[in-house]
Amino acid sequence: MKNEIPVAIAFVAGMLMVVSLFVPHPYVAEPAAITRSWAIIITAFAYVLGVANIARISVHSVRNRSTDWEYKAALVVALFAMAGLGIAGGIRSGGAFDWAYLNMYVPMQATMFSLLAFYIASAAYRAFRARSVEATLLLVTAAVVMLGRVPVGEKIWPGLPAFTEWVMEVPNMAAKRGIMIGAALGAISTGLKMILGIERSYLGGE
Amino acid sequence: MRFRLIATLAVVTMVVVFAVTGRISTLVLGNWVAALLTLSIFSFLYKDNPVYKFAEHIFIGISAGYFVALEYWNVFVPNLWNPLMEGFRNVDLTVLFRLGGVPIGLPTFPGMELLIPFALGILLFTRFFPRAAWLSRWSIAAMIGSYAGLAIIGALQGDLIAQIRANMIPFYVSGSWAAVGSAQGGGDIFFAFLEALRNPLIVIGLLATLVYFFFSREHKGGLGAVSRLGIWFLMISFGASFGYTVMSRVSLLIGRLYFLLSDWLGIIQ
Amino acid sequence: MGQDRPDRNLLVKLSRIDRRILFVIIFVCVIVPLLMEARMEMSVTAPVLGLYEAVEGLEPGSYVWLAADYDPGSMPELYPMNVALVEHLFEKDIRVISGSLWAPGPPLAQRVFEDLAPKYGKAYGKDYVNLGFKEGREAVMISVAEDLRRAFPEDYYGAPLDSIPMLEGIRNLRDLEMIVAVSAGYPGIKEWIMQIATRYETVIGGGVTAVTGPEMYPYIQSGQLVGLLAGMKGAAEYEQLVRRPGLGISGMVAQSSVHVMVVVFIVFANIVYFLEKRRAE
Repeated sequence: MKNEIPVAIAFVAGMLMVVSLFVPHPYVAEPAAITRSWAIIITAFAYVLGVANIARISVHSVRNRSTDWEYKAALVVALFAMAGLGIAGGIRSGGAFDWAYLNMYVPMQATMFSLLAFYIASAAYRAFRARSVEATLLLVTAAVVMLGRVPVGEKIWPGLPAFTEWVMEVPNMAAKRGIMIGAALGAISTGLKMILGIERSYLGGE
Repeated sequence: MRFRLIATLAVVTMVVVFAVTGRISTLVLGNWVAALLTLSIFSFLYKDNPVYKFAEHIFIGISAGYFVALEYWNVFVPNLWNPLMEGFRNVDLTVLFRLGGVPIGLPTFPGMELLIPFALGILLFTRFFPRAAWLSRWSIAAMIGSYAGLAIIGALQGDLIAQIRANMIPFYVSGSWAAVGSAQGGGDIFFAFLEALRNPLIVIGLLATLVYFFFSREHKGGLGAVSRLGIWFLMISFGASFGYTVMSRVSLLIGRLYFLLSDWLGIIQ
Repeated sequence: MGQDRPDRNLLVKLSRIDRRILFVIIFVCVIVPLLMEARMEMSVTAPVLGLYEAVEGLEPGSYVWLAADYDPGSMPELYPMNVALVEHLFEKDIRVISGSLWAPGPPLAQRVFEDLAPKYGKAYGKDYVNLGFKEGREAVMISVAEDLRRAFPEDYYGAPLDSIPMLEGIRNLRDLEMIVAVSAGYPGIKEWIMQIATRYETVIGGGVTAVTGPEMYPYIQSGQLVGLLAGMKGAAEYEQLVRRPGLGISGMVAQSSVHVMVVVFIVFANIVYFLEKRRAE
């Protein structure tokens, strides 16, 4: 029964979602709406579970004085401080939680992502080689799009923005649509396999 | 390392005390904290170092704590706790049967069904206890089942049917070829020609790409040639994606440096 | 032969240049235009114009759902879009209901509202409202489409929706004219299109980070997306259309110089590669 009940739950939840698209009757729509609102609540708990896991691993690391335990200690302090400030003091603007969000979370996350600009430029120089027809096609398109998508491209050739837009709307769009249709077929078949209990890997091992 | 940690904690405590007592403006303090953390992360570009590691771990901790607080106030309280507390104030007895005139029943209240997702949410935490971890499968199954169902209907409507329908366009549009003939000047002829090729290339491009993804037969002969054409369309789309990715990452860098120059140093407006 | 060796060493050195030198070049390409506060005019592309015209065509007093589905990591691209869109919506006296499927979204949306509301004389609860964040992704989208109060029982400040004047009579997405989604990824505009556009016949437009831009074109061609801003350039174009220059326009010269430099990197590195290959042969 350890697997059968979860599979049955997944079947009922999934089929309600699918059938509700085709049958708008309240006998289907109402249970589907309830299932959706319950899924929202359970997902919130799942987020907290993920955070609890991070805390558990870090506290374990600090207790055992493993490598970089001091950094893990800082992580745990920051985690509980932020969660405590938010839960106790509220999350609205003007409070300590909001201050930490604006002056610590926001700049650090933005900076983490902005590092990628340097790495992508470095990769463009050190790794991108026109070794084949396909690679050349990729690099030429990349160059056309990079120049056509900035104002300086218009100065190089006034027709470049329009040509770039055509490249985006025609060959790029056709290929992206092919990928999209293939991915949609994959998503539908995988989703059906999960709902029908054929795919059970999400349940984990014994 | 321990001395550095204690020194850092002492400095942080002093700064917090000054801020709370109003000796430092929280706005100025905020800009400095943001700038120093930004530069700490940027230091990774030179090489990995303790300052970067410290900032990175603080970031992970703050992100995790941030999400917990948000889930608490945005989901747990309004969608679960408040309705349940409201319901508890209106507990009633649902009579199942009477035994010698005495009503026997269950206490019920409006919103009682929310106890089910509450219980399923709590059951997720059994993952921390190996013996009871199997109980968390019920919660996971409820989530996975719902989202698999939503993924099916979303993919079906939005991506499959709608996209196939949108590709059923006339292969030959006579007006567009006439425009090529009547265009004046090299540039106009070029763009008119591209416009005339629009529909045929979209149809051929999609079919060639789909043929490439058909792996049930070896890509040889005619199938191989069409598949090769599909790869070329894919390479063009990957080149376009790379160009846009560069644009995206560079924008993020511009944003960060703009903050350092305007909000922190005040060099630019 | 003796002459080749120094040349080949130079080619090898050039092809394996220390990446920190490349980092410095990129840094200079960004910082110099920012310090010079340089600006550049640009033409507007069709997808941006499509969104602008869709918003222009709305009647004053109509309702729009503004999905602030992004976080600080994507602020440089999406925040200017959020600002320019709200400027346009407020200018046209459109009532804006903002909701987020990303936890960090609501404070960013609220900041935009608080900065712009005084300028246009807009009041919270009458002209705009922030419903905050809701976990649940596609489930929330369909809930909003069916029953707004089920998805968002309260607003960002904890007030029940029934106490908010502008939401009287607004039950779900069918009472709104349009969805404008500013999205950093999943869940975002793609999911709004997949779940809502066809099923509920809703007009959807919005903005995405440049990374997601290319894969949105099939939705534009199919009509599921009425218009799109992609990346900082999209934001800059919209700022130009609504005549409100912001970070989008400010960043365009720096963006241009880095793009040109990356193209130079690719071309130069490939020239070195082909020369190296020829020398080896």
